[in-house]
Amino acid sequence: MRDIFIHIALLLGMPPLLLGVINKTKALFAGRKGPPLLQPYYDLFKLTRKHVVISEVTTWVFTAAPVITLTALLIAGILVPQGPFRAPLGFTGDLILFAYLLGLGRFFTTTAALDTGSAFEGMGAAREATFACMSEPALFFALLVLAKMSGSLVLGDLLHAPLVTTGWEAEAAPLVLVAVGLFILLLAENCRIPVDDPNTHLELTMIHEVMVLDHSGPLLGLVLYGAAIKLFVLSSVFLHIVAPFQSGRAGLDWLAFVGEMLGVAVAIGVVESVMARLQMRHVNYLLIAAILFCGFGFVLLVR
Amino acid sequence: MTTPSAPDMLTLINAQSVALDRIPRHDLETFQRIVSAALHAGQRASAFFGAAADQPGQTDLFIVLAHDNNSQLNLLCTQVEGGHFPSLTPSCPSLHLFEREIAEQFGLRPEGHPWLKPVRYRTSWDSQRDAWQRPRGQAILPGVGDFYRVDGPDVHEVAVGPVHAGIIEPGHFRFQCHGEEVYHLEIALGYQHRGIEEALLQNSGRRGLHYAETLAGDTTIGHATAYCQVLEALAGGFSAVRAQSLRGIALELERLANHVGDLGALANDIGFLPTASYCGRIRGDFLNMSALLCGSRFGRGMVCPGGVGYDMDAARIKDLQTRLTAAEKDTANAVNLLFDTPSVLARFESKGVLPPEMARTLGMVGPAARASGLYRDIRHDHPAGIYRFVHLPLSTWDTCDIFARGYVRWLEIQQSIEFIREQLNAIPAGPIRTKPGPLKPSRLAVSLVEGWRGELCHVALTDAQSLVRRHKIVDPSFHNWMGLAYAMRNQQISDFPLCNKSFNLSYCGHDL
Repeated sequence: MRDIFIHIALLLGMPPLLLGVINKTKALFAGRKGPPLLQPYYDLFKLTRKHVVISEVTTWVFTAAPVITLTALLIAGILVPQGPFRAPLGFTGDLILFAYLLGLGRFFTTTAALDTGSAFEGMGAAREATFACMSEPALFFALLVLAKMSGSLVLGDLLHAPLVTTGWEAEAAPLVLVAVGLFILLLAENCRIPVDDPNTHLELTMIHEVMVLDHSGPLLGLVLYGAAIKLFVLSSVFLHIVAPFQSGRAGLDWLAFVGEMLGVAVAIGVVESVMARLQMRHVNYLLIAAILFCGFGFVLLVR
Repeated sequence: MTTPSAPDMLTLINAQSVALDRIPRHDLETFQRIVSAALHAGQRASAFFGAAADQPGQTDLFIVLAHDNNSQLNLLCTQVEGGHFPSLTPSCPSLHLFEREIAEQFGLRPEGHPWLKPVRYRTSWDSQRDAWQRPRGQAILPGVGDFYRVDGPDVHEVAVGPVHAGIIEPGHFRFQCHGEEVYHLEIALGYQHRGIEEALLQNSGRRGLHYAETLAGDTTIGHATAYCQVLEALAGGFSAVRAQSLRGIALELERLANHVGDLGALANDIGFLPTASYCGRIRGDFLNMSALLCGSRFGRGMVCPGGVGYDMDAARIKDLQTRLTAAEKDTANAVNLLFDTPSVLARFESKGVLPPEMARTLGMVGPAARASGLYRDIRHDHPAGIYRFVHLPLSTWDTCDIFARGYVRWLEIQQSIEFIREQLNAIPAGPIRTKPGPLKPSRLAVSLVEGWRGELCHVALTDAQSLVRRHKIVDPSFHNWMGLAYAMRNQQISDFPLCNKSFNLSYCGHDL
């Protein structure tokens, strides 16, 4: 019960901190002081107090999308275990639900973008949908590797495969491949450099940001909060592969989990600091690489 | 072939004035034949503009042709009666915007112009004529009108601006796209039109300098120098040598600040943080050096007719030298990191290519032209002021892409630093300012300055009472916007901001 409570608290409370850590890391690399670690929280708070401007040409989809997306991501977050602890919810085949909760969120975000009728948002939606076509197979291959390894189709169990089953000792090669693939996926799904630039103000180059240009005030707050939760959830999936750790003492394990999450944020910040964005056409190649990494991981496992 | 009784063109050099009646005046047909021949023989149009003639209803057309190879400027003029003249644009595309400007300002319709649209969406100076027969009194809204359209089932149109997501000037960009690929880009400007050319006539005294300084805020020193140079030429006097040296230092500091800022902005557009933030800071260092010179980070008040407003003493020279050395080291670190990173080069190379032939046809100037392999630099080809004594090597690159436009800037940064250092070691002694004499009557003067963005051209004409009756300004952006539109053909629309930044053209300099 206590672990479930901590799970929910972290899922709700920690995501904006990851953004703060990424921004701080980038600032350090750039020789700047950077915004305070807690700035994303301040921003969210500020947005809740603002008015909403809604375009006259939009329909209910536009306002519903941020809520549905956020809800979908929160449910996904409940399915994914944090560290060595059990997820609050899990049943056979929930990995499909997990993948399509992400898909549902994406569907509503892109539909809301198309709903505004703006050329920019249409372009953003087209890009998001195109890239999703390639990130989804990668995710499934990764989950398949873990499912095969653990012999379970419950997300909570299969993600613990590297921890409880023979894991890294027996099947290091597929896990390395899957880890690389998932890291690419993590960057792509969360619109980080080299795929997208969350800080850019150039409408023509954006993917995710351009789809939410018309959202304002609390609605934008929901969108940003949802994006942070997505980062949190996918990072915890990634951590199960690269850093399976269990000491047996709950307090230490929770601390380790929080520390590892912050480590992932730092890693993303470092990647964003040392390289430029890919040109839009080359994002496909990167995502195909992710499919290949995860796919070959699966091939290695079943050969 | 017989020698014509009068020369076709009057030759003069940069920052020189000539009596108006010495400029060869041809009939329209001869004028166009000479201009067309000169342009096809490799000369460039630095300015092509109208001026109200003495008789009402008639308009004088002047053209300043730059002959870069032998450092000469050629002048000729003609007179147009009635409301139209045959367009030269179909055979000389580099005149297209000049002809549109003449149409807009004087209501003269260039017949046969392939894309005759207003330039700045303003009313004609001639109350009787309008090239588009718009009723007098009807509001003219910028960006409203026809745009080139590509039709087809999969072709879509993307309109950007005039209000942008970033803090940049207003301009309207209309893309015809097929998926992510751009077929055609049309740029509509004019949102920043303030009427500077008219204002300069009424305020040719002290206020004029401020108009010149603020007509493109990032080119304060450049335009102020060009403005002062044209007035000095009309007065027949040269400013002091020490002042020329200080003007050169200020101009190169302006170039340094902007080039460094541009490289940072290029890095920022592709999300390459280290160079973006370091260049942002170093740009500030160079701006502060301008402030050391004259108290203004943007060089306001530095250049004034007859010389400069502020002198340098030994302590400040030493301070500037120290700061320059520090900034040089920082810039080299930041820029080398940029050009050494493969993911950066992947974004810069073979994107936004503007081939040399096209750059020549469009009449490109400045770093954008040099990045297309053209040898064009006023400091080298038409030196005035301190550049008559110091020769700067031309910095060119021949890949014609975004990388070339970035790399030429880096080459120029190094040379500007070298130039300033050389000047600081040996600033000529003497007064920093001589009182300019009165303007001479009925003369025309041309002044060209290589601003950081390219050739700045000021032409001024005085009437019989020695009052300036026409002050023509051509900002480099006026030549170069079309180059950006061309460079975007068959490119990814997501590369537009980067390509745009590699040209970094001025909206207010174009809109005047």
